[in-house]
Amino acid sequence: MPFIPHTDADEQEMLAAIGVADREALFDEIPAALRVRSLAGVPEGMNEQQVLQLMQERARQDGRPLNFIGAGAYEHHIPAAVWAIVTRGEFYSAYTPYQAEASQGTLQTIYEFQSMITALTGMQVANASMYDGASAVAEACLMAVRANRRSSAARILLPRALHPHYRAVVQAATGGQGLRLEELEYLRSSGQTDLAALSAYADQDVTALVVAQPNFFGVLEDVDALTDWAHERGALLIAVVNPTSLALLKAPGQWGRRGADIVVGEGQPLGCPLSSGGPYFGFMATRQEYVRQMPGRIVGRTVDVDGRPGFTLTLQAREQHIRRGKATSNICTNQGLLMIAGTIYLALMGAEGLERVASACMARTAELVGALSRLPGVRALFHGARFHEAVLRLERPAAAVLEALAERGIEGGVDLAPWYPELGPALLVCATEARSSADIAAYAGALAEILAGVRAA
Amino acid sequence: MSIIPADLKYARSHEWLRERADGTVELGISDHAQHALGDLVFVEVPTVGRKLAAGDACAVVESVKAASDVYCPIAGTVLAVNDGLDKAPELINQDPYGAGWILRLQPSTSLAGAELLDAQAYGALVATG
Amino acid sequence: MTLPLCEPLIYDYGRPGRGAQGQWPAVEGSAPAVPAALRRRERAPLPQVSELDVVRHYTRLSQLNFSIDTHFYPLGSCTMKYNPRACNAAAMLPEFLGRHPLASARHSQGYLACLFELQDLLKEVTGMQGVALSPMAGAHGEFAGVAMIRAYHRARGDLARNEIIVPAAAHGTNPATASMCGCVAREVAVGADGDVDLEALRAAVSPRTAGIMLTNPSTLGVFERRIQEVARIVHDAGGLLYYDGANLNAILGKVRPGDMGFDVIHMNLHKTFSTPHGGGGPGAGAVGVGPRLLPYLPLPVVGRRSEPTPGYYWVGAQELPESIGRLSGFMGNAGVLLRAYVYMRMLGRAGMSRVGEYATLNSNYLLTRLRQVGFTAAYPQRRASHEFILTLKPQLQQLGVSAMDVAKRLLDFGFHAPTTYFPLLVPECLLIEPTETESKETLDAFVAAMSEVLREAANDPDKVRTAPHRLPVRRLDDVRAARELDLAYRPAAS
Repeated sequence: MPFIPHTDADEQEMLAAIGVADREALFDEIPAALRVRSLAGVPEGMNEQQVLQLMQERARQDGRPLNFIGAGAYEHHIPAAVWAIVTRGEFYSAYTPYQAEASQGTLQTIYEFQSMITALTGMQVANASMYDGASAVAEACLMAVRANRRSSAARILLPRALHPHYRAVVQAATGGQGLRLEELEYLRSSGQTDLAALSAYADQDVTALVVAQPNFFGVLEDVDALTDWAHERGALLIAVVNPTSLALLKAPGQWGRRGADIVVGEGQPLGCPLSSGGPYFGFMATRQEYVRQMPGRIVGRTVDVDGRPGFTLTLQAREQHIRRGKATSNICTNQGLLMIAGTIYLALMGAEGLERVASACMARTAELVGALSRLPGVRALFHGARFHEAVLRLERPAAAVLEALAERGIEGGVDLAPWYPELGPALLVCATEARSSADIAAYAGALAEILAGVRAA
Repeated sequence: MSIIPADLKYARSHEWLRERADGTVELGISDHAQHALGDLVFVEVPTVGRKLAAGDACAVVESVKAASDVYCPIAGTVLAVNDGLDKAPELINQDPYGAGWILRLQPSTSLAGAELLDAQAYGALVATG
Repeated sequence: MTLPLCEPLIYDYGRPGRGAQGQWPAVEGSAPAVPAALRRRERAPLPQVSELDVVRHYTRLSQLNFSIDTHFYPLGSCTMKYNPRACNAAAMLPEFLGRHPLASARHSQGYLACLFELQDLLKEVTGMQGVALSPMAGAHGEFAGVAMIRAYHRARGDLARNEIIVPAAAHGTNPATASMCGCVAREVAVGADGDVDLEALRAAVSPRTAGIMLTNPSTLGVFERRIQEVARIVHDAGGLLYYDGANLNAILGKVRPGDMGFDVIHMNLHKTFSTPHGGGGPGAGAVGVGPRLLPYLPLPVVGRRSEPTPGYYWVGAQELPESIGRLSGFMGNAGVLLRAYVYMRMLGRAGMSRVGEYATLNSNYLLTRLRQVGFTAAYPQRRASHEFILTLKPQLQQLGVSAMDVAKRLLDFGFHAPTTYFPLLVPECLLIEPTETESKETLDAFVAAMSEVLREAANDPDKVRTAPHRLPVRRLDDVRAARELDLAYRPAAS
């Protein structure tokens, strides 16, 4: 029996010690009417060899297409050392570090993670991770409502240029708590959030303004103007950022005159593989004064009875297991293992390595945009500064083009029609340092054939 | 054995009230409460000027094992808060009825109307608890 | 004198100019300039260390941890069973690992087949009609469950129903979740025998009742014997039943929540289905629903179609217009879902019920032996489920030794402590769950250690009160941690 070590002799001794005849007797408190008759819908078990063969077949079915999709999950080179360490049993199979003395490895790693996130974002405190970037934005909105004492409207301004899935998650996750979510349009010419759209809220009680940098289109926003607008109206500024980009872009702690108030983002680019969508991790950082409003676990440094430095979970009184109904959030399990991967990745890359990755991504995307927009029927939209993604306008529906590219083993990008039909047929494309010039040439060649009506071999 | 000064009034939720000569009222939490909470690490005080209704949560006291609301048993306006608690929340543990006071308010009703216990009744409550 | 950290901070290894150059991308082409106003002014103060520094540092940190791979971990309500490495190997196959979540259907059929089958397997073992896999933790699944209950009532115009009944022994996430959904938690008492007090429940239900959140077996480690009556009372009052799946390991393959009358459940895949705890996640809190709540499942869900072409696809808002919405940026913790799928395939039909049986056997055996050496069970008249509670109140009163002290001293013996101080209802308690993957010798060794600690408590109580003594650090000052907040290292400005 897989994973159950009991021999018949063991079992007999144990049953005798308890004083029952067989295992079934241990379920005698359960009404007979509730007992399962059969699990006919569950197939027979498999041994390890069989199940790995099955999974390999399934994996082969999916293959390894060339990836040019970004849209919130980015393919980067992950140093081999990261997952060699993360999959060590002592990290992989450890529990939440509630018994601090037996968990100094995890706790110190979290403290280092918190330190690195504050360094990257230019903020003062960070937590030990959230489920993902999207839910981190939702939690930031709820936190802003708690923290902004000057505002009572619970009104949050969300740009349309924020990832559509993130907006959907904010909607679903905050629905029960009476927040008023209002959408801000973007300029069709530049892809940036329309500063003029803010004027509609100039005299209203705004609790927080959310700004994504870069935004979903890969476009860079005027973060200083947006931050100052928010602060002038007594609103908090929530920054949603890409961690790789922070090696080159101004840290949110430096935005505007006073800096962002809450910073969140998707940590996946830091050492987490694409892995079909997860697990990833969200990060959150804020000002010192708001630390008690921040959800999630936080690790603090302290000393033991001998004066030796050590680490422990702190400020737990805000969390679900103590505060219960009045907790800052119900979050319990978070994304610990991925956060460890992020920490090791950042330690390996350092600021200079991360800068080079960010630069290489920008160079690759520029090359991709150049190669594709040279083709007839393809042109880039939004010509201002961008990070590592771009929007391409086509002359025929993007869905069919993407399907044809997939047939040729290329995942060409994301069809924007479901969310931004006003752009016409459009594609969001991304090239990171993981893509070579040869890859880009292959994409351009395939796209040229498709647009010319050539069928795949 | 918890300390229960005879000259104060007490709420069932373990707050104490002191009527001062100038008609204002001082509020804090009892020795029994501070002992149950353990070493306090943070106290969240209300803003001066806030109007409280009887039974409103007016402050939060936080230890490593719990964060508890402090309730104001009478209606009134907050006149002053103990700023010393910001740097030294342990004042409540060390001197819950003196230096550990939390807030002072201008009551809008007399204490007679509120459901308060005298020292003896509070002592009985704590003994059975 | 300040003693040094057992293992320095990664920053302490740093030297200006040091770095792992082998990880830097090859330089090809030039990047467009970032406008000055948006450019970072100063390099982020991240560590400047070599690759060996990093490997050595984090490897040594790992060695400071307890883990299932190294220690017996009888944490009640956490189900610390063995995390099979085959699950990891399968989930990390390059095709799954390198696949983008928004990849085309053409390149996703193998992966989607695994998820579709996982949905079906979970439906079958829990007796539910629909499953959604995207919630990323148990608490997240709870949120989805309560949100679905609310959506159901609102769709029927029943806007007054905003009370969620929660037993007094419930896990803290339950009332926290109720608040997050705009509901109010209403506590109902639990009887001395561990079952929900039916009289109290009848008094608690009303036209404001949205539902009840229950774990079965309960957080007290015993089966809610009158669950069918509880279901009747709540359903008759117009409310729905929510099952917190934290304790599913006790009844896996033996009883199904759907058969008990539950309308919605969440499962903790990182408990019952052996995916790794990772030092605090990632988990996965898949939800299952009965027919009433099918329209409200969170998106996305995997579907299978035969037209226009046969295959698997992501079910979207058009097909589930009343869904409570999207809870995850993509589709939840995909890699965790694959691991759970592999585990369930390995167990198969026979394996499922053996989980419940051996988890319960181990738990009852451990309870019997611990009582024999002098510990007090909180519910001695009841069968243990997969976990049980000991109360150390007698020890505290006689010897001045608390549950916390015993937990810390156990660490010295090489056992991770059980869950302490939960449930809140039982004073000075230890909640112990051995799981089915532990051998009789391990359980016997644990009993020997517990017995030794009890002896020490009587003869040398100070040793127990000041434990641990043999770990990298001794008891940590958590009051100081909260008063003098040091939450991030600030490198000295260079």
